Amino acid sequence: MKQFNELLASCKEVAFDLRFTKAANWKLADKSRAIVGFLPIYFPREIVHAVNGLAVGIMGAGDHKQIIKGDAYYQSYICHLPRGIIEMALDDSLNHFDGFVFPAICDCIRNLSGMFKLAEKGKFQRYFDYPQNFDTLIGGVFYRQELEKIIADVYAINKVELTTENLNRSIKLYNYNRKLIEEIYKIRQQYPWRLSAVDTYLIIRAGLAIPVEEHNIILEQTVEAISNERGEPMDNIRVVISGSFCEQPPLGLIKSIEMAGCYIVDDDLMLGSRWIQGDIEDNSNDPLTALTNAYLTQSTCSSAVYDVGNPKGKRVVDRVKKHDADGVIFSAASFCDPALLDRPELQKACDEAGVPHINFQYHENTGQFKVIKEQAGTFSDSIKLWA
Amino acid sequence: MSKNATEAIKEKSMVIQKDMLANLFHELSKTKETGKKVVYTFVPGNLTELILSFDMLPVYPEINALQSGMRKKSGAYIRDAEKLGFSEDVCTYVKCDIGMMLNGNIGPTGEKLPAPDLLLLSYTGCFTFMKWFENLERLYPGVPVAMLHTPYQEDGNITPEQVEYMVKQLKEEVIPKMEKVSGKKFDMERLSKMMTNSAKAEDLLVKILETAKNKPSPIDAYFAGVYYIGPIFTAFRGTDEAVEYYKELYAEVTERLRLGLGPVTPEGELKEEKFRLVVEYPPNWTNFREFWKIFYDAGAVIVASSYTKVGGVYDLGFRHNPDEPLESLSKYCMGCYTNMNLPQRVNLLADYVKEYKADGFLINSIKSCNSFSAGQLMIMREIEQRMEVPVGFIESDLVDPRYFSYANIKNRLESYFQMLEQRKIIMAQDAEKV
Ligand code: SF4
Ligand code: SF4
Repeated sequence: MKQFNELLASCKEVAFDLRFTKAANWKLADKSRAIVGFLPIYFPREIVHAVNGLAVGIMGAGDHKQIIKGDAYYQSYICHLPRGIIEMALDDSLNHFDGFVFPAICDCIRNLSGMFKLAEKGKFQRYFDYPQNFDTLIGGVFYRQELEKIIADVYAINKVELTTENLNRSIKLYNYNRKLIEEIYKIRQQYPWRLSAVDTYLIIRAGLAIPVEEHNIILEQTVEAISNERGEPMDNIRVVISGSFCEQPPLGLIKSIEMAGCYIVDDDLMLGSRWIQGDIEDNSNDPLTALTNAYLTQSTCSSAVYDVGNPKGKRVVDRVKKHDADGVIFSAASFCDPALLDRPELQKACDEAGVPHINFQYHENTGQFKVIKEQAGTFSDSIKLWA
Repeated sequence: MSKNATEAIKEKSMVIQKDMLANLFHELSKTKETGKKVVYTFVPGNLTELILSFDMLPVYPEINALQSGMRKKSGAYIRDAEKLGFSEDVCTYVKCDIGMMLNGNIGPTGEKLPAPDLLLLSYTGCFTFMKWFENLERLYPGVPVAMLHTPYQEDGNITPEQVEYMVKQLKEEVIPKMEKVSGKKFDMERLSKMMTNSAKAEDLLVKILETAKNKPSPIDAYFAGVYYIGPIFTAFRGTDEAVEYYKELYAEVTERLRLGLGPVTPEGELKEEKFRLVVEYPPNWTNFREFWKIFYDAGAVIVASSYTKVGGVYDLGFRHNPDEPLESLSKYCMGCYTNMNLPQRVNLLADYVKEYKADGFLINSIKSCNSFSAGQLMIMREIEQRMEVPVGFIESDLVDPRYFSYANIKNRLESYFQMLEQRKIIMAQDAEKV
């Protein structure tokens, strides 16, 4: 038990180390190593791993940094995440990164890629365009080209060639990583008291800043620890959190929801780590195509992906049913167009399916949780009352 | 030209464009009788020629939204959309459009707009477009959506692979859906012919906008740009009427130039050009006249703006090309201003400041719009450092009247104009010393 608590404490340290010390130390061990920072939501880290790189997730400064310069770069009506990240870039926290990848999830992240270009941060700053066409011969070809650009970027830095064997090996490691994360979620969905949502979050977020091999060990230890009974079951309701896929809520917010009597049985907090559903083929002659096909056909439900023909509303309701949840908490960052423009449709789908829901907005550095706690508490009480 | 306090002074071209637009809206109101099919789509990366080549009619929800703003309807529409669950924080164009639809979809001429037969999601330069049409798809159940994903110019150029990706989408996704909806076969020759017209109109448009390089400028490239120079372009590009319209407009502008006249404002001709500005981002629509007045009262003329380039940056040389219609539609989509990366945007704006001999650079930042606004403060710093001109910054919204504070904006602009005035005096004194 003591050991597991220590593990949790170290995950917390790694998850919120905004100087990414672990990654920096990892790089020091070998000159051909490279660090590639990526922003939310999803980036196929396998391609960087396969060429002796470490893809590190930059999830924002949260409530762990005072923003001074960043506010001078953003108007008040733009979400908080990019201002924290530009602050980190300007105060040299990201100096050991060789390049940056900005996935195509919204115009803020897109334009941040240009700001990094103008500020000349890193040796490359790549906007990673997700195709919104899912035909293998159209969107698939395009996606593969996007992957190849990043592989070439890393090659220009460390001169490590991508080989089929290495990429297959990396895919295998990340498959295992996703499998373990899903295992943790599965256990929590059955026995939510065994691992709090906050601890789950810390364990998964830590994985964005360390080599996947190390993270897999942490996950294995977690699975082992929670396979046995720990904690006490409580009379809580079961909720799904939706809308927190990019700018992350402060830990205090997640904690407040739990303390208000809610077990968070599913969420989209660390969505990038759970993006691909199921395994990616790991023994093909063409692993880049395997990664491409996985994006096209195994991507999770997300506000960043065109959903006509596969409506998100239905997918959220399905998740609620699958995990036997009592309701949904729509929790999105303020000024987050992708999440907030999806919300009415998702709420409508919930209403039609008789799924109760509440919603609120936050900033990553929100410091007051009283209202949110009260709202979640009332939600929990009303569900218990009417159950 | 007589001046009337309430009625705006109009040039011939303004009257023509008003008639053209009125006819389009009238035609749209009659689609039930005529059987014409209707395509909803966006201004940036619009495929007007392709739509018209199928004899379908385009509707641009952004234009409806801005028109609703000008007609003071947007506030109520936005509130109605918010009642449906749309957050106060999101793009007000989307909310205004959805509110308009909830209130009977009455267009700017007071006639009802038809529902779409096709939602053409040309996803160019703005992520919100995708969310917007995902929402419309649910509000118009059963209406097909054709997605055209436009890759971003992340590296500051358009690659052959990106063109190929777009052409494939046009061939496999967009054109088949248009054929199905319109019941007509795709006619490449017809499209190609339209592009000859597009290129002619584009030549004329560039010539017109570039007359602002003269001192005094015969046009206001921002207010007039959005009021009567630009709108025709989007809905009519590729037609004979558009070419005729731009010929007329060009003649009118060159005549003004010959006579040394300044731009036409709603209160008549601007007598003295005191300041020349480059402006980034659109004007506020709910108080358009008041907003414009602050500028012309101070003798400030906008000589170049980025907003008039969201529908295409033709002054950088792009023309629709009849020899490669689909490739050129693709390049057009990728070339629009909001699809350019930040360094490209900075370069373009800096060039405008230089080429149009601007005294200053101003940003009207819009609360709604992440596509434009995120990064603007950095753009401002870059322009200030590179061009050494005074920069100004004001904030408002496109169509949400709650975010237009007249007094605040007027104060800020007046201080900015004073700063420009001071600088002119100092520069004149320095020049004398030399
Ligand atoms: S929080 Fe939303 S708007 Fe902000 S960067 Fe993330 S996805 Fe974009
Ligand atoms: S975010 Fe900006 S560019 Fe996009 S639809 Fe709204 S106003 Fe237009």
